[in-house]
Amino acid sequence: MIARAERAGLSMERAFTPRNFAIAGIVLAVIGFWVVLPPLTQRSILWPIFFGILAIFCGIAAVTRGARRLGWSAVALGLASIGLGILATRSSVGHLDSVVVWSALLASMLRYATPLTFAAIGGMFSERSGVVNIALEGMMLAGAFFGILAAQKSGSWAFGLLAAMIAGAVLALIHAFFSIHLRADQIVSGTAINFLALGVTGYFFIDVYGELGTPSDIPRIPDVHLSLDSIPGGLGNFLDDVFGQLNLMIWLSFLLLIVSYIVMFKTPIGLRIRSVGEHPRAADTVGINVYLVRYASVTVSGILAALGGAYLSIGFLGSFNEGMTAGRGFIALAALIFGAWRPFGAFSACLLFGFSSALAQRLPEYSGSAATLFQALPYVLTLIAVAGVIGRSIPPAAVGRPYRKQ
Amino acid sequence: MSEQVPPVQQPAPVQEPSTAARLGALQRAGGIIPPILTAVLAFFVGGLIVMATGHNPLTTYKEIFAGTGLNWFFQFGSYDMGLPYTDATIPFFWNVNDIESEAAFNLQQTLLVSIPLVFTGLAVAFAFRCGMFNIGGQGQYIVGAMVSVWVGSSWVDMNSGLHIFLAIALASLAGAAWAGIAGFLKATVGAHEVITTIMLNWIAYWIGNFAFGQQGPLQNKVNESVPVSSDIAEGAKLHVFWGDPLLQGLHIGFFIAIAALVAYWLTLTRTTLGYEVRAVGFNPEAARYGGINVARSYILAMGIAGLFAGMGGALDILGWQFRLGVIDIQSSQIGFIGIAVALLGRNTAIGVALSALLFGALLNGTSTRNLDPEVSQPELAGNLTLMIQALVVLFVGADLLILGVWARARRLGGRGRRDRARAAEAPT
Repeated sequence: MIARAERAGLSMERAFTPRNFAIAGIVLAVIGFWVVLPPLTQRSILWPIFFGILAIFCGIAAVTRGARRLGWSAVALGLASIGLGILATRSSVGHLDSVVVWSALLASMLRYATPLTFAAIGGMFSERSGVVNIALEGMMLAGAFFGILAAQKSGSWAFGLLAAMIAGAVLALIHAFFSIHLRADQIVSGTAINFLALGVTGYFFIDVYGELGTPSDIPRIPDVHLSLDSIPGGLGNFLDDVFGQLNLMIWLSFLLLIVSYIVMFKTPIGLRIRSVGEHPRAADTVGINVYLVRYASVTVSGILAALGGAYLSIGFLGSFNEGMTAGRGFIALAALIFGAWRPFGAFSACLLFGFSSALAQRLPEYSGSAATLFQALPYVLTLIAVAGVIGRSIPPAAVGRPYRKQ
Repeated sequence: MSEQVPPVQQPAPVQEPSTAARLGALQRAGGIIPPILTAVLAFFVGGLIVMATGHNPLTTYKEIFAGTGLNWFFQFGSYDMGLPYTDATIPFFWNVNDIESEAAFNLQQTLLVSIPLVFTGLAVAFAFRCGMFNIGGQGQYIVGAMVSVWVGSSWVDMNSGLHIFLAIALASLAGAAWAGIAGFLKATVGAHEVITTIMLNWIAYWIGNFAFGQQGPLQNKVNESVPVSSDIAEGAKLHVFWGDPLLQGLHIGFFIAIAALVAYWLTLTRTTLGYEVRAVGFNPEAARYGGINVARSYILAMGIAGLFAGMGGALDILGWQFRLGVIDIQSSQIGFIGIAVALLGRNTAIGVALSALLFGALLNGTSTRNLDPEVSQPELAGNLTLMIQALVVLFVGADLLILGVWARARRLGGRGRRDRARAAEAPT
């Protein structure tokens, strides 16, 4: 294998690596779709087909030369570009203008992606340490409810965030205790936590707020106002529309992304977490406290997922209703898998899924009910990803296995 | 050619016992005691939460119990029961007339809710026996319900028996195919069934939202603003054998559920397929070494699991719902409760039947209709059901905890007996 790769590397010039082929394919696919959208708005279906076929070609070339993951992405994007491009050219210009407002769409994408990012990065900590966390959904829900409860009672959103973090940590500790100390099946335990969060938040929600629901004067997490208008050219306006009015939590999610990457891959702490997730016995042998690392990682995952939930209730919507996370925890799990258990991979997947949500929210102006199907996209893509069509996502080796000290 | 190096045999990693193997050990140890302890513990902790929020747990539980209709069994007397399809009556110890006896009516509703729980419970249990955790019962149930409502509302003039058979069969097959995707992916590329079934659940959820939503392809065209399917044809409705068909009486799906339980037991214990499924569940490597086609077992086990769940969805539609709305798809928890049913029932037929009855009773007892708002708000109690369900799953998951306590108690008891025996033998 290695010899073949070396030969291939030697015989090919630098610029024509399979990786670059695949990236070119992806770029071509995007161009193919972009030309039919405003402001260019090409009306001929030839353009998306032309670029789409080029993209598929590049993708296949890349796949046959070894860059499987990127290559298949290019192929898929090429196909999508052809399909969507044809759809777009057949619709009226007016509809497209109202659906595709890039700045609004991107801002909306960031709003939808943020709760997913918090939960997915939380999930990464837990799973990298070897504890499966399908309880992200429940932890988000607990964060959403206890966040809004504390914020409303204390009158401060900061207390709301604190309470959300505590609620998430408590659920995470239950999950950790059952799956680490009692060596319960981690999936069973996670399922139980999801139900527990649904029941507990529903119970207290009815008990405290009753039929009327949460009041409307909830202290909200503030938006960060930036004036980017001063940047010259059309770019200033565009950046202002996208980044000018974002919630504080969105900026925090960017920060979290960078910090979690550094912690996970550039510090001894991250090395310990990963080694416990890959080979706990070996980690134990060199003196790492496996239980402690796992407890800490699961707790961090609970805190982060709960912050994602709190963003939903006191950042984004300003209200709570029963089961309001509606599967977002599972989308975060999907993003984590899709992103191969890496922070930037997971974040890219969150952005992709956030974009599909944003599009689904705006599409009804154009095509009615079909937009609903868009909501299933994250799950379909993840199914394809775990099926190994776009290169397998390989989980940490010891994930899901309880560890028994010797 | 001679340069080709044979692939290096990787040392097999030490396998942790699978969930199925652990549950197998649990079944052998302790029998019926741990599940009962689990349920009692869950109710106890649930009661603590009720108490913590300033309500009386005892009156709450008592009121819930009255709503389940299980008190019907304690109301002896001499009554008459009409024999079906005749005018003859025979004497009977309980009052089956649901107009005279409120408990009889409540019991009908409890059994009605238990029927789908049996099926989703079996769906989880069968996959468990093959060493797989089927979280996809909800998706398979929704797929079954969707197909049955589509078949039931099409071909209005079809022969009644054929129509019912077709609706149930196609719904079951659709559920089997839906679950089969997860089994196929597990068998071919080793994709973990938990991840794939979770994804399939949500895909089914959104397909349902699309199909019956506003302007969806299967939405009732009479009123465009209501996201609900058309009603199924009169001929596709199941016969109600106890109670008033207009008031959600108990339909013959009850007997189909019992038949499914028997079929589950027969398949697992009396057929080659069941033997292979259980062998793979205990140890896939050993099963493979013994000549069992493990991939085939995975696909078949998931398919049969989906068959059960899909059938459950069909019986709900044909038995009492008669239509499927987006709100039903969004609020349904039947498939998820199936997980608790299977876990508490220890994946045995009789266990699934009993725990389906328990959760059916809880669901019905805490429903808005049955619970007196003076004692406890039904919405509160409904969430109590969720919590008890969560605690049951949590405590079952911690089998080691309960098993450990159990083993210690047994050992202590055993030592006590031995000590007494030794004391009796010893010369005085």
